[in-house]
Amino acid sequence: MNQVTSFLRPAPLNTDVAVEMIGVNKWYGDFHVLRDINLKVMGGERIVICGPSGSGKSTLIRCINRLEEHQRGRILVDGVELLDDVKKIEEIRRDVGMVFQQFNLFPHLTVLENLTLAPIWVRHLPRREAEEIARHYLQRVKIPEQAEKFPGQLSGGQQQRVAIARALCMNPKIMLFDEPTSALDPEMVKEVLDAMNELANDGMTMLVVSHEMGFARQVANRIVFMDEGQIIEANTPEAFFASPQHERTKLFLSQILH
Amino acid sequence: MTVATQAAYVASSPIPAIPPPSAHAGVIGWLRANLFSSPFNVALTIVCALLILWIVPSLLRFLLIDAVWTGADRQACLATPEHPEVGACWAFVRDRINFFVYGFYPIDQRWRVDVFFAALAFGVGWLTWLDAPRRDICLIYFFAVLPIVSFLLLHGTPGGGLPLVETAKWGGVLVTVVVAAVGIVVSLPLGVLLALGRRSEMPAVRLFSVIFIEFVRGVPLITVLFMASVMLPLFLPDTWSPDKLLRALVGVALFSAAYMAEVVRAGLQAIPRGQHEAAMAVGLSYWKAMYLIILPQALKITIPNIVNSAVGLFKDTTLVFIVGIFDLLKTVEAARGDPQWATPVTSTTGYAFVAIFYFLSCYAMSRYARYVEARLAQGDRR
Repeated sequence: MNQVTSFLRPAPLNTDVAVEMIGVNKWYGDFHVLRDINLKVMGGERIVICGPSGSGKSTLIRCINRLEEHQRGRILVDGVELLDDVKKIEEIRRDVGMVFQQFNLFPHLTVLENLTLAPIWVRHLPRREAEEIARHYLQRVKIPEQAEKFPGQLSGGQQQRVAIARALCMNPKIMLFDEPTSALDPEMVKEVLDAMNELANDGMTMLVVSHEMGFARQVANRIVFMDEGQIIEANTPEAFFASPQHERTKLFLSQILH
Repeated sequence: MTVATQAAYVASSPIPAIPPPSAHAGVIGWLRANLFSSPFNVALTIVCALLILWIVPSLLRFLLIDAVWTGADRQACLATPEHPEVGACWAFVRDRINFFVYGFYPIDQRWRVDVFFAALAFGVGWLTWLDAPRRDICLIYFFAVLPIVSFLLLHGTPGGGLPLVETAKWGGVLVTVVVAAVGIVVSLPLGVLLALGRRSEMPAVRLFSVIFIEFVRGVPLITVLFMASVMLPLFLPDTWSPDKLLRALVGVALFSAAYMAEVVRAGLQAIPRGQHEAAMAVGLSYWKAMYLIILPQALKITIPNIVNSAVGLFKDTTLVFIVGIFDLLKTVEAARGDPQWATPVTSTTGYAFVAIFYFLSCYAMSRYARYVEARLAQGDRR
């Protein structure tokens, strides 16, 4: 049961730097979507990335687990460079959990099966252990009673919490959140943010694309503001909200904070 | 009325339910709404009623009322002064039913065909029952165990045991079922691979799949069968001439695989991109993602279309008689010329028998497709 207990904490990183992006560029056809991105995320850091729609923030975090391919520059995840090697990419994906805006739960599987599928088929855990871990994380996101249901029977907030639990069951070193609350009804946002909050308290390295400024203020070590494919400004939440430096940042903040 | 005219209103007593006016309910209401709602509709109703009156009674008279059910030879089905009208000669079908089912399969070995039918029926039942236990084992049974066992059973085991029965002796329903079953069993996995190939990111794989699918879909099945049975031996060394039935089976299987590929591709396209991304994000490899996440969902929504393809394939199997294989139609064709049963109604009866056999089989399949469709529509948005 030693294996199980090791799955219940964030996995330790091999290096101090969780994610390093050096001069990363990406194009969709002729459209230059990421422009010379340089970003260093230390282990245990919580980064919130914000910016107007189309600014490239989702593309940025999707490059970290190779759901999108960058064309120039280097990306290192826990010291391992993302190259074309499929095996390496799969290894990195194992250690990097991801939560999507649209949840993307597997609708043909029960909640429990959603959670145990990857641990069994990718980590090769015995079913019993995988289920034990799954039930632990369902407990953590406060929906242990939904284990036998199908995703379509749950509310949006519950589905997103299942998605968080699904990512955690792989015992990731880093968690990526791509607008996790944008598709939720307003009264369900809090339950998801609470789950993320708790994860932050465990010391998980997190990169979160979000417009939840309250969450950013409370949880983030750093806020990264992007526009038109580049990083405009990055700072601690206190400095970012109190004294934004760039004109574009000031305009953005004036529009979203009323 | 009181509600609209007064500023404040409180209901004082419940309004009792009364039956609807007769024009909108009951038999008369239904007839009016559905059959006689407009002059055009009235005309249509009358035309259809006349058609039914014209066809159904004469059909029933031929198939049932005037039909001859028993008899040893043609004498039973000839018109006599006492029996001026003779309907279907079912005595002929009853006399020849074994030939229609087994063809020239040796009489003392026909139990092997019966076992094959039973094993196949068991597999089909298991496969089509959506809530059946262990459907994963069922897939192995249906797509791996059944084909091998059936071949050994029907053709004979090499090292003694079951004596060899060459395929030239197979016939009737046996051949029809074998061709259809092999077509479906081979074409489904092959079609899945071709569909995945067509959506692959590897150009060579994609190109091969596209060329195969489009080429096969661009030629009629008859052409494929002729090519398989006439041209294929030309390309192969004389010593290695594959069995006639086998050649036709290969042709049918490849042909239906191309159609199956397009059916499966439609299902694959219906699965949202997010499912692929979620599968990749947890570190599943391409094949595991397909096997565990994408195909179960895609195939499930494709079941009705797969069954429709199967219906088409089942009927298309009659074409193998063109290359000289004794399927059901061909056995009837052969039997109807038998002088022992030569009567004016023999041919019609034989064809009616074939038609009823195909209709019942295909109708059952399409009912099943409808059932799956209805179940998917109500249930699966869970």
